Amino acid sequence: MVNLVYFARLREAIGINSEEVALPQGVHDVASLTQWLRRRSKVWDKEFAPGNKVRVAVNLEMAEQSTGVADGDEVAFFPPVTGG
Amino acid sequence: MEVRVQTEDFDIAAEVLKLRRGNPKIGAVACFIGLVRDMNENATVAEMTLEHYPAMTEKALRGIVEEANQRWDIMDVLVVHRVGALKPMDQIVLVVVASAHRRAAFAACEFIVDYLKTKAPFWKKEKNEKGTRWVEARDNDDDAAQRWH
Repeated sequence: MVNLVYFARLREAIGINSEEVALPQGVHDVASLTQWLRRRSKVWDKEFAPGNKVRVAVNLEMAEQSTGVADGDEVAFFPPVTGG
Repeated sequence: MEVRVQTEDFDIAAEVLKLRRGNPKIGAVACFIGLVRDMNENATVAEMTLEHYPAMTEKALRGIVEEANQRWDIMDVLVVHRVGALKPMDQIVLVVVASAHRRAAFAACEFIVDYLKTKAPFWKKEKNEKGTRWVEARDNDDDAAQRWH
């Protein structure tokens, strides 16, 4: 299982704070996880569409599309940060 | 080196005194305070709510402070970032850097603020006369962080 967490605009659009999902076959990095989420539901497809800036953190570190995702990981999705 | 995320306000004088702790080797202290403005993109701001990623925030801030510590000869750093509901004129963030000489303190303080604005997981939601909206990240904040590379 991986823990998916959502923040800010993304959390509101998707309507949940977090969810536990079993990693499907073939999902092994941020890019393939994102593709799978987009196929899973229209809301994700819209929010994760190219042009919508979505940042990703894996296990509390900022991640890239190529960052690996494995069982037990926490993957966070959020818009570009606006603190300070 | 200390980082804190809190809902409460902070007192800059008390924080600076605590950071100095009577250390006579500190010759310079640079401070930055970020505040809530009453206008943003032609809308009157009534309230600003700050959300963050609790598990990651302190770790991200510590990483930024650690990088500043490697780049400059500094003696101590304090970062305080508030979360929750804030009003115009409220204090949002405090960065204090102590060093022997001013140049390192000024540079490290600016670096920490630039990095914090583009790398620490905080998000601002603004309430104005038209409703509420998530504040969009600014390209010039990315440019400001980029110039330290």
